[in-house]
Amino acid sequence: MKIGFLTVHHASKEHRAMSAAKAPTSLRRLFDEIGTVDHVGIEERVAKFTTRSLKKNSKVFGLHLAVSMVDLTTLEGKDTPGKVASLCQKALTPHDEGDIPPTAAVCVYPTMVKHAKKHVAGTSVKVASVATAFPSGQAPLKTRLAEVTAAVNEGADEIDMVINRGAFLAGEFRRMQDEISAVVDACGKATLKVILEVGELESYDNIRAASFLAMRVIRPNDFIKTSTGKTSSNATLGNNQVMIEAIRDHFLATGVPIAMKPAGGIRTAKQALHFLVAVKETLGDDWLNNKHYRFGASSLLNDLLRQLEKERTGAYQAPWSFSEASEGY
Amino acid sequence: MPIAVQKVHARSNPARELVFGDLWEFDPAPETADPKLKKKYDLFINGRFIPSQSGKYFATINPATENKIADIALADSLDVDAACSAAQRAFTTWGRLPGKERGKYLYRIARLLQDHAREFAVAETMDGGKPIKESRDFDVPMAAAHFFYHAGWADKLEFLAPGRQFAPHGVVGQVIPWNFPLLMLAWKIAPALATGNCVVLKPAETTSITALKFGEICQEAGLPNGVVNIVSGAGETGAAIINHPLTSKVAFTGSTEVGKNILRSLAGTDKKLTLELGGKAANIVFDDAPLDQAVEGIVNGIFFNQGHVCCAGSRLLVQESIADEVLAKLKRRIATLRVGDPLDKNTDLGAINSAVQLAKITDLVKSGVEEGAEKHDNGCRLPSKGFFFRPTIFANVSMSHRIAREEIFGPVLSILTFRTLEEAVEKANNTVYGLSAGVWTDKGSRILKMSTLLKAGVVWANTYNKFDPASPFGGFKESGFGREGGKQGLLDYLKVG
Repeated sequence: MKIGFLTVHHASKEHRAMSAAKAPTSLRRLFDEIGTVDHVGIEERVAKFTTRSLKKNSKVFGLHLAVSMVDLTTLEGKDTPGKVASLCQKALTPHDEGDIPPTAAVCVYPTMVKHAKKHVAGTSVKVASVATAFPSGQAPLKTRLAEVTAAVNEGADEIDMVINRGAFLAGEFRRMQDEISAVVDACGKATLKVILEVGELESYDNIRAASFLAMRVIRPNDFIKTSTGKTSSNATLGNNQVMIEAIRDHFLATGVPIAMKPAGGIRTAKQALHFLVAVKETLGDDWLNNKHYRFGASSLLNDLLRQLEKERTGAYQAPWSFSEASEGY
Repeated sequence: MPIAVQKVHARSNPARELVFGDLWEFDPAPETADPKLKKKYDLFINGRFIPSQSGKYFATINPATENKIADIALADSLDVDAACSAAQRAFTTWGRLPGKERGKYLYRIARLLQDHAREFAVAETMDGGKPIKESRDFDVPMAAAHFFYHAGWADKLEFLAPGRQFAPHGVVGQVIPWNFPLLMLAWKIAPALATGNCVVLKPAETTSITALKFGEICQEAGLPNGVVNIVSGAGETGAAIINHPLTSKVAFTGSTEVGKNILRSLAGTDKKLTLELGGKAANIVFDDAPLDQAVEGIVNGIFFNQGHVCCAGSRLLVQESIADEVLAKLKRRIATLRVGDPLDKNTDLGAINSAVQLAKITDLVKSGVEEGAEKHDNGCRLPSKGFFFRPTIFANVSMSHRIAREEIFGPVLSILTFRTLEEAVEKANNTVYGLSAGVWTDKGSRILKMSTLLKAGVVWANTYNKFDPASPFGGFKESGFGREGGKQGLLDYLKVG
């Protein structure tokens, strides 16, 4: 959906004042409002997604869809303009054979935005930039906001921010939400993805709470995102399920669609299809597109291509055809 | 609430409903393992497959296609007599065999069931109509688990009742239902053999195949002849087993109506009896429950095996304040349930077991509508052949409705509401049955309180339909008596002095 810049800007400001007044003072009160999550139950639910069996056309459809949802990512200290250039090339043309769509975006550090933009400008591939002192977020708010502004000015179409986990865990929900609101303002037209860093939130209950706190201050079609990929526990079907159920409940209550991005740990095509089955059966068809669902991944793409090539030719390709390492792009 | 944002959006999506459409349809994903079926199945008596003495056969069909699968030998009283005599002869050695030796046979049967798991799963699904994912992931592995568990007990029976004398009954007559053909067989045969009894078992007439295939497993395991005898047939065959002078213990799982007849016919004899009969379980959801997981449990509780489950959570008791929300969530959840070819790995609800059962379900659903309950189903397309029924939910049900009182044994949920814990308990216990119940709440103390107040053999807390060979299962009131599984189940197969 298209929303004029001014409207959104105005809306989020007005909203910020509202949310400040409404911010719950304790997790207990928040759970009274949004409900809790049963750990055992949610893991049983997601286990059922892994028993879905996708064959033939439905498999090819799912694999194509997954390719189109990849935020092809490189977030390394050793990134160079050259490496980002080859990443962009891979994003634009993942594979020569078959009718493979480009990925949704490339995801890089702010210093690489201008290099990436050169290669993908004018195409459907977006440039996403992590910002706000990714991955820890442990920098003064002013610095974090300046980083967002810099990335947007360099041409970033999307900003992946991290929440203040310390504030959340200490119960300072208002501070956490106000910081997100400030980033929303700094984003301007850029789409925002709010990284909850689920691996640091300790429980499914907390993931649900943080999802709601974030969704209440971001704009329609902004994202909530599982993780930075820099901690030991990242996107799992369980985390994903808690977040997409939160998105569903928020949508049904307010009409505001929020998008979702699991990131980190999704390396195989089979995993990606399980995540998409979860989306299909929880949020429905409206979320089965790259405006509403993304995968933050690097090595996933080549496994998707490997499987698509197998479906196209009927045989797996030699192991050297598709590199396991994203450095090989 | 972001009011301004919401207004902007409300224009473009006034419906605010999710779309579970056909954007990404799944292609057929049939299980292709060979069930190794025969055209004709004979009776398994004294370790051999032999035709019935009358030479009669009856057809068994695939309820998903209505095509005949095989001819099954029809046993009459002469065949039952031969089976009971074979069992009696076998008992003279089997009953004296040391427990650890009996255990070895049970372990062997368990492992063979695992070896033949796919074959049995496909056969079970074709003959009974249940989805392959259930026969593959539940029925067959659980059947093997029961043999493993009871194999372990075979040489440790003295720990069941320390200081007491005990002995096997001898020949045990067992009659099982069609909803979990192989699993019910395992529930019956494993404890009977572990305790040194010999068995004459009758499978349900619509689902004889896996029981007769189990005869092949007994042969492969080298089980002594006559220890297990399988005689197929309908009600008269079952009556012949139950009333045969050689059967000293009877175990029956099935309908309450038949259970009452058995009880009548055994009155005045010294036969031991256990009955596992019908149910109308209450699944009770309090307002503090994690709702999405509760909804998942409700769906699992009533739609598992098309609702052909004696402990199915067929009455949903939901606290009034969250009733609308739970109904909305249930409707959304059943929209994604897939009904169709039971052999398809993605099928959630398979075929109703028989035309008779389908007619019964249809009739009860009709009565629900006529009595004024509000019916919802997922509107999915059903296959043109075979016996199928959509997952169905009734809202605004009151306690006097037939759909709240009678066991439907199909994919039909009745929703009632309550305000207080006491009202929930009162409604839950206001039934002739007492097999199982579910409680959903975040509050631990309430779970404990409910579990003591509910008159049900099993109370599940924040989950539903969980089974384990070590956990005794059985009912109160007209749901029967005796337990199956665990120590209690074993004791029902022993004379304890």
